[in-house]
Amino acid sequence: MVTDSDLVRHLGEASVSVELETEDMTLNIGPQHPSTHGVLRLVARVDGERAFDVKPVIGYMHRGYEKLSEVRTYPQITALINRIDWVSGYANEIPFVVAAEKLLGVEVPERAQYIRLILTEMARIASHFMFMASYPQELGALTPIMFSLRERERVLDLIEGVTGGRFHPNFNRIGGVKPNAGSGPTTKKTPQDLPAGFLAETRDAMDRVLVACDDLEDLVAGNEIVLARTKGIGILPPEVAAAYGVSGPNLRASGVNFDLRKAESYLPYDKFDFDVIVGETGDCWDRWWVRLQEMRESVKIVQQAVDGIPPSGPLQAKVPKVIKVPKGETYVRAENPKGEMGYYLVSDGGMGPYRLKIRSASFSNISILPWILEGVLMPDIIAIMGSLDFVLGDVDR
Amino acid sequence: MTEFVTDLFANPWVSLGGKVLLVALIVPLTAMVLGFAELKLSAKMQFRVGPYFAGGRWGWAQLIADGVKFFQKEDIIPADADRPVFKSAPILVLSGTVALLVVIPFGPGLIFQDLSVGIFYALAISSISTIGVLMAGWSSANKYSLMGGLRAAGQLIAYELPLVLAVVGSVIMAGTMSMSGIVEAQIEAGYPFVILQFVGFGIFMIAALAELTRIPFDMPIAESELVMGFLTEYSGFRFLFFFLAEYATMFTMSAIAATLFLGGYWLPFIPESTLEFVGPIILISKVFLLVFVMIWFRWTFPRFREDQLQTLAWKVLIPLALLNIAITATFKVVL
Repeated sequence: MVTDSDLVRHLGEASVSVELETEDMTLNIGPQHPSTHGVLRLVARVDGERAFDVKPVIGYMHRGYEKLSEVRTYPQITALINRIDWVSGYANEIPFVVAAEKLLGVEVPERAQYIRLILTEMARIASHFMFMASYPQELGALTPIMFSLRERERVLDLIEGVTGGRFHPNFNRIGGVKPNAGSGPTTKKTPQDLPAGFLAETRDAMDRVLVACDDLEDLVAGNEIVLARTKGIGILPPEVAAAYGVSGPNLRASGVNFDLRKAESYLPYDKFDFDVIVGETGDCWDRWWVRLQEMRESVKIVQQAVDGIPPSGPLQAKVPKVIKVPKGETYVRAENPKGEMGYYLVSDGGMGPYRLKIRSASFSNISILPWILEGVLMPDIIAIMGSLDFVLGDVDR
Repeated sequence: MTEFVTDLFANPWVSLGGKVLLVALIVPLTAMVLGFAELKLSAKMQFRVGPYFAGGRWGWAQLIADGVKFFQKEDIIPADADRPVFKSAPILVLSGTVALLVVIPFGPGLIFQDLSVGIFYALAISSISTIGVLMAGWSSANKYSLMGGLRAAGQLIAYELPLVLAVVGSVIMAGTMSMSGIVEAQIEAGYPFVILQFVGFGIFMIAALAELTRIPFDMPIAESELVMGFLTEYSGFRFLFFFLAEYATMFTMSAIAATLFLGGYWLPFIPESTLEFVGPIILISKVFLLVFVMIWFRWTFPRFREDQLQTLAWKVLIPLALLNIAITATFKVVL
């Protein structure tokens, strides 16, 4: 049966074809494309430069971490999950260990909490620096990437100094953090947790991050072409963002004041004074701006944490040698650089989880792509995709 | 001996051969010098070192090594490509550039061919390379290449008008379309035309950037959007042709701008009798100055969107250029 709306659509198409016979072209963007952040593939119907029916095709980076987790013990899983969002590897570990600790009923010592918090915020700064580097590159500006990555390296060096890894720290233990980050054998009675001079160097590095933020603001925000390319492009209304489960800076850029650091208590964020940055319109420009401001807020948090960290104390709660998590299930979510990252952990009392469901931020964030890319121009596809700041490892897991 | 040389060059065939050889040398040479300048300047702007090891010091031989590398590469033609068109596109692009060199005066009398409609010829011939680009995009049998080629064609229409209109101011002031005539008019006037034609100069430089498909107008290539645009399927020697053409066009467009607006081979306070020898040096210094600005732009600005370029061209540059012509013409008549 032909409904009225079908008829209207049909007539509309007919009138177009009378004016000018144009054939649509199916364009395959990716998986090998400079701007798809790895192996995302978009299939779009393009009419000239305008894209319709954009369908993301994912799964090229699927590594099966959820399934793998079922055959690993709890301490082994941290090594897997910091490969999910490799740009902020450290931050991925936190919700998982917190979930396991919650089921075990372990109280993490305060000093370990502070170290976790400092490193998480540093991972956020590193991740946002990556965005600050890649986004102007996608708009065609070739220099901010060098400014940004140079500063990011300082932060990564500090993370490496503590954990031994730039990207994949594998530093958290259930009940605390690795006892002797830095140096010395694990059997040492007085473990050295932070490398000598770490706190002073962190203060120094944070000052430089602030300078870098100012530089980036001058370089990128002061550029008319950037404003022309991003303002009013890819507007994401708050209700649509919420409906699709968009989270993190992308959600806040749309004007929703929601930050899990304020809403949840997976780390002692309530002791720190920081603002939740909220955008106005939810366009690409706001998403860029929110991330820049968030870096400044993270610097604030790290500075307070460095000042307030207990000078000494245990790094690990008492946990059994062989960790067996009691039967039960829990969901712990955290505000990761890319958005909400959650682990739904089901334990049947064994050495590994019965089921581990990973809710990753980028997966939900890119589910908005078909909606937001409908009828936009080809250059705007790249501008919008870049502004959503996803990582394919985080999409496919 | 000197008599023999003069006689030899009086022979039109020898003279023609010499000129062709000279042009054939200038193109790769300028491409190499400017390419190296781009590598080093961009490195400076980004706190990098840039080429360092090739050739022993400062990486001076980097571009030679790159050239040799291009010769060694496999020449790939896509299976679905339109072979004759695919093969001839790079030649067309490069020949458009070479043809531009013909009308640039390097000194009094130092010009390959002093056409009476020199600037008209230059503007006309410079559009040929866009046809080459369109051919490259069409024949590659690649959707990204096609989009790049179409963007180049759209861009041609947008910037060609401002480019032509910007030149008219200088032509009115000089009263001639001959390139050397325009320089002589500036010598006679005693000041470079940019002092009165700064609007025309600005429009010309913006339009020239668009013609060069360099950032901020590199939409036909647009690496982050169209992979490499019309260049995607080219490799080896054919890619080198495009590369040479880009840098050589940078040189020639800057030289035209320098000739029309900055006094060409002439500088104030330099005696006219020495211009035959220092003229080329003066012109090339001016060209380098303009090329520096182009490189500076490239490493500072992001890319426009195609529709934004059209808006800029039709709504800003063309009205401004027309206004410039009207004012210049009025003053020419009144004064």
